[in-house]
Amino acid sequence: MEQKLLLSLKRKAAEVRKNIIEEVFSANSGHPGGSLSCTDILTVLYFKHMNVDPKKQKDPDRDRFVLSKGHASPVLYSILAEKGFIPKEDLVTFRQADSYLEGHPSVKDVPGVDMTTGSLGQGISAACGMAQMGKLDKKNYRVYAILGDGELQEGQVWEAMMYAAHYKLDNLTAFLDHNGLQIDGDITKVMSPEPVAAKFESFGWNVIIVDGHDMTQIDNAIEKAKDTKGKPTMIVAETIKGKGVSYMENQYGWHGKAPNQELRDKAIAELDAYIENLGV
Amino acid sequence: MKKATRAAYGEALAEYGSNEKIIVLDADLSKSTMTASFKELYPERFFNTGIAEANMMSSAAGMATCGKIVFASSFAIFAAIRAGEQIRNSICYPKLNVKVAATHSGISVGEDGATHQAIEDIALMRALPNMTVIQPCDGRETKQAVKAIIDYDGPVYLRLGRLAVEDIYDNSYVFQMGKGVQLKDGCDLTIIATGLMVKPALDACEILKTQGILARVINIHTIKPIDKNILIKAARETGAIVTAEEHNIIGGLGSAVCEVLGEEWPVPIKRVGIEDKFGKSGKPEELLKMYGLTAENIVIKSKIAMALKKK
Repeated sequence: MEQKLLLSLKRKAAEVRKNIIEEVFSANSGHPGGSLSCTDILTVLYFKHMNVDPKKQKDPDRDRFVLSKGHASPVLYSILAEKGFIPKEDLVTFRQADSYLEGHPSVKDVPGVDMTTGSLGQGISAACGMAQMGKLDKKNYRVYAILGDGELQEGQVWEAMMYAAHYKLDNLTAFLDHNGLQIDGDITKVMSPEPVAAKFESFGWNVIIVDGHDMTQIDNAIEKAKDTKGKPTMIVAETIKGKGVSYMENQYGWHGKAPNQELRDKAIAELDAYIENLGV
Repeated sequence: MKKATRAAYGEALAEYGSNEKIIVLDADLSKSTMTASFKELYPERFFNTGIAEANMMSSAAGMATCGKIVFASSFAIFAAIRAGEQIRNSICYPKLNVKVAATHSGISVGEDGATHQAIEDIALMRALPNMTVIQPCDGRETKQAVKAIIDYDGPVYLRLGRLAVEDIYDNSYVFQMGKGVQLKDGCDLTIIATGLMVKPALDACEILKTQGILARVINIHTIKPIDKNILIKAARETGAIVTAEEHNIIGGLGSAVCEVLGEEWPVPIKRVGIEDKFGKSGKPEELLKMYGLTAENIVIKSKIAMALKKK
């Protein structure tokens, strides 16, 4: 990836992270940790790869994105606002009774959302269905999905893993947001899904391991997935929960908690300083 | 002629399957759910998901977002009950165009026993916002119901049976989603039945007639949204109601009728159904008798309902 694009994507990711903090702060509710951990992935996807257009929202040829870890809705809404699907000023209505920005993504309510998710394990199955129809209809669109690593504890995920490999859904690329933490703590202590890469491989997926905060690695992996024929690709992204906000990083307590005014200010100041340092 | 509603479902899929929007999913039971007939004709639009109903329901939802009309079939116990939360969150909440066509409902599954006999599925599916619940009573009604739900954009639970049942209708029958069907007129009470209990309801009507009691008989194929008008009219004109269904008496047709009439036109109601207990192995006909799903029991309950009316 050329340096100029990389810098602009980094800046975009920092803006997305600021939005996440504002959404969760305004709602005094929501899931910042797992939103920040997959921000870099979504930024590369939406601002470099995905063929989506707010003016043609239901275009049958568009690429699809399914946030299987639906509780990371703040990052998706933030991205959709930056892409022009929803007004940026609406983000602060997140989770409010008079808002359409539901706690978990709703395909009927939020422009740009391709599938209702939130109940873990179901989004990846829906993504399989979309990819299957892409094959049937001989469309060139690609389907992307993001899974949480705690989500792998849901049996349905493995039903979907079997399905996607069985039907050779090479138009499906999934990411594992491998941040290692879930609500009750370390995933390996709660109920270990490890070794994850070996499991996906044994289920018949093409597996690529990347640093989930290195945009060049993410970008290269997406390209490799596009070139992989006959099997779906799982990009195992090694990530840091709460990435970009110092006091949230690697703290499972920030899975589903909103910052107070002081901590919100601190987070925004850190992200502003980061943007300043990028010099773009 | 006797035909299982699942068999008519298979025939209907084959008949209407040329519509290229139709996708059929099955979880390793295609020879039992009869979706195999569609598979033979349109193999490219048939997907076996393996014994993985949760994934089947959510995948169906994903397919529906691509403009498809998706039929997802399994036994009622695995479709509605095992994958109930997928039906709720992936299909009903986003109001996607998925038809959950569940066969082998009720105790008439027979020999497989309680683990395979869904007696709670109407209650569960009926409680889901955006869901339409349909249970046809014979082969003709099934075929027309399949046609109707293809034309309807939204989630549907189609409850079908394993056991061959006698024809209720002739060729002149026209199915209308959401409309109850009066099969017999009468003034002394009304028997409201659904699915394979429509035949015993008609038989009960004949028995009652020999005893000088004139029963109205109504078939409710669309359990949700239920035809309130036909229920209120029956309550107003006949003053007593008996419901009959092959389902737990908790949450099914009987409950739905009580909900409407309790609010709109209270009259004595007795419910014929499975008395809040699990099924068991046995021959279907034998089990129906053992669990009181008979014309004779409908007659007994009819007299109790009428006696309450006289008080």
